[in-house]
Amino acid sequence: MFKIVHAEFIAPGIKRFVIDAPRIARKHQPGQFVILRLCEHGERIPLTVERADRTAGTVNLVVQSAGKTTHLLNLLETGDSILDLVGPLGKPSEIEKFGTVVVIGGGVGTAMAYPTAAALKQAGNRVISIVGARNKELVILEREMGEVSDTLMVTTDDGSYADKGFVTDKLRQLIDNGTGIDLVLAVGPIPMMKAVADVTRKERIRTIVSLNPIMIDGTGMCGGCRVLIDGKSEFACVDGPEFEAHRVDFEVLVQRNRMYREAERKSMEEFKNEQASQLARLREENEQLCAMGEKR
Amino acid sequence: MTTKSLNPLPLKERMKVPRQHMPEQAAQLRATNFTEVNLGYSTELARQEAARCLECAKPACTQDCPVGVKVKDFVQLIMAGDFLGAAAKIREDNVLPAITGRVCPQEDHCEGGCLMGKKVQSLGIGYLERFVADYEQRHMDLNKVPKAPPTGKKIAIVGSGPSGLTAAGDLVQRGHRVHVFEALHEVGGVLVYGIPEFRLPKQIIREQVDYMRAMGVEFETDVVVGRTVTIDELMEEEGYDAVFIATGAGLPQFMGIPGEHLNGVYSANEFLTRINLMHAYEFPRYDEPMLDFAGKNVAVIGGGNTALDAIRSALRLGAGKAYVLYRRSETEMPARAEEVKHARQEGIDFQVLTAPVEFLSDGNGWLTGARCMRMELGEPDASGRRRPVPIAGSEFDLPLSVAVIAIGTSANPIVQSTTPGLATNKRGYISADETTQRTSRKGVFAGGDIVTGSATVILAMGAGRRAAKSIDEYLTSGTW
Repeated sequence: MFKIVHAEFIAPGIKRFVIDAPRIARKHQPGQFVILRLCEHGERIPLTVERADRTAGTVNLVVQSAGKTTHLLNLLETGDSILDLVGPLGKPSEIEKFGTVVVIGGGVGTAMAYPTAAALKQAGNRVISIVGARNKELVILEREMGEVSDTLMVTTDDGSYADKGFVTDKLRQLIDNGTGIDLVLAVGPIPMMKAVADVTRKERIRTIVSLNPIMIDGTGMCGGCRVLIDGKSEFACVDGPEFEAHRVDFEVLVQRNRMYREAERKSMEEFKNEQASQLARLREENEQLCAMGEKR
Repeated sequence: MTTKSLNPLPLKERMKVPRQHMPEQAAQLRATNFTEVNLGYSTELARQEAARCLECAKPACTQDCPVGVKVKDFVQLIMAGDFLGAAAKIREDNVLPAITGRVCPQEDHCEGGCLMGKKVQSLGIGYLERFVADYEQRHMDLNKVPKAPPTGKKIAIVGSGPSGLTAAGDLVQRGHRVHVFEALHEVGGVLVYGIPEFRLPKQIIREQVDYMRAMGVEFETDVVVGRTVTIDELMEEEGYDAVFIATGAGLPQFMGIPGEHLNGVYSANEFLTRINLMHAYEFPRYDEPMLDFAGKNVAVIGGGNTALDAIRSALRLGAGKAYVLYRRSETEMPARAEEVKHARQEGIDFQVLTAPVEFLSDGNGWLTGARCMRMELGEPDASGRRRPVPIAGSEFDLPLSVAVIAIGTSANPIVQSTTPGLATNKRGYISADETTQRTSRKGVFAGGDIVTGSATVILAMGAGRRAAKSIDEYLTSGTW
């Protein structure tokens, strides 16, 4: 059982959880993720780690409400508990001195990009960050990204904040201005990562993306998270989640992520009608298990 | 120790008694539910079956058992009506009798060597073991489980599958402190994620694990050793005197044919994990989703127990047609004989000497079928089995909505890649001595599928037993 030490919304539908998980906090490295199961009837979903605090023994998760599990999770408050949290999973980001690195965070992906940006800065790189969101309210971690970047650019799709446009517009500008870019890291929605890859492919700039396929165990056992890399199956949980963007078949990623759309919609509809009772059930079950002492 | 025979039947008469049939759910009914197929012997059936034992002077059954269960002794105790005594006798060598009684390929081990089997049908050793274990479960008191005096030594077991559980049980009985780490959220490894409810109910695993907790074994779930904590950290910082790596086989293999990424194509591990560990067959009561199988055509590729577990699960999800596509003939099929029999009764269509060469798409990323070829058997290959050779011009298309690939696994690299100095073989499995299960690292032992590649529950348990013995010797002597 994993206690939520603190929970707060940082944008509409996006919540930050500080969770007591000493083992994970101790080992987490930028680029890695965790898998969570809320309660006995819950599914396992991979989530982004924004920060790990070894001294406090906590990890920060940043969660955007998308499907049933994330909606239910985002109803949880400080003091609630999560049944299972496992990690850190996946390979850490490759951190070394590349030179000039452009770190691109799209929407909630910014939370995944942030620790890697910080580590790249620490390693002596010149870090240019581009943070993109649909609108002003959904821009997250602007201050934090600014702190670890030499230059920070922000875009919103609708122009309600900073510059109107897409992250790729900024990337294009950098390239057109003759900025020598040694590496691009892009984390965000699949269309964004694909668009970034399309821009940098022509310019022959090495580009890394962090992929988010459907996942179950996260240890390589099930193969559900397989992605096509250069036409061959690789597992995002053990071979990734970061891959060379120009080798990724994004179409197959989109297609495989659609596999359970029908069931997901059914789950969501049912959940909307019984939010309160489902939250109450989760709390009751987890409290009971806590009392039994079967789980940590 | 052999108890004196209480069997009044002369040996010749025993041969005339037919093997007692295992009561089971009717095939048509069970094909629509996930409850257990076999129902278990009654006390009467068990005693009648036990009376068939020839009580050999040198019982082949025990020799052929990877954990050396003293079959003759426990069968004699059944004869005598001392069922708890029989359970205790099995437990001397096997800490998971309710599990092996259900999933062991007895025909390859104890029952394969049974003298009765040479003339008539072998003794129903698996059925008897299951009977004794289930009887014990109903009649025992967990508070009375014996505990050995502590030795002060501490052992980490990595993985709570059959190998890890067996080693844990043996080591805790010798008084060592045993802590089992499990990567998933439930204890049991492949027993939980791989074997379906209709063959091994989860409740049985929980009961066997509760027994181990009562013995003093500690369990910690949600720990991926290699990621959450390394072997070195366990030994240097957490004070473990020895580590037993029993992480199982790991990564599912794909066939490398076109269309494997299509929606509707699963690895058997994913398909079974969704159903068994995540209860997807109970969606939406459980959150993990599953495709709609009602009336659909489903095929599994492979001929092992995993393949049969997958296709029989698909049938229970409502599949209209359920095929097994196996590239060799039925003789080479590695699945347990009883599973093949049960699958046939349930209406599974076995297409042997058949292999897919391509998965076909609807143009939108969804599977519509498999292009298959018929095979014939050529010369024996490295495995000693005759190699399947495609018959030219035999292509045909099989319409399918779901295909499940169950052709085996390869080594999971997580522990190996995070443990410096741990030697592996060329296929990436951990190198361990066949008798002592010692690895190249002092104090580190390994066994089960992570050493041998995919095998059976009982072979993994055998490795767990050898490892426990060897760990105990190492900790007692202090010499490597």
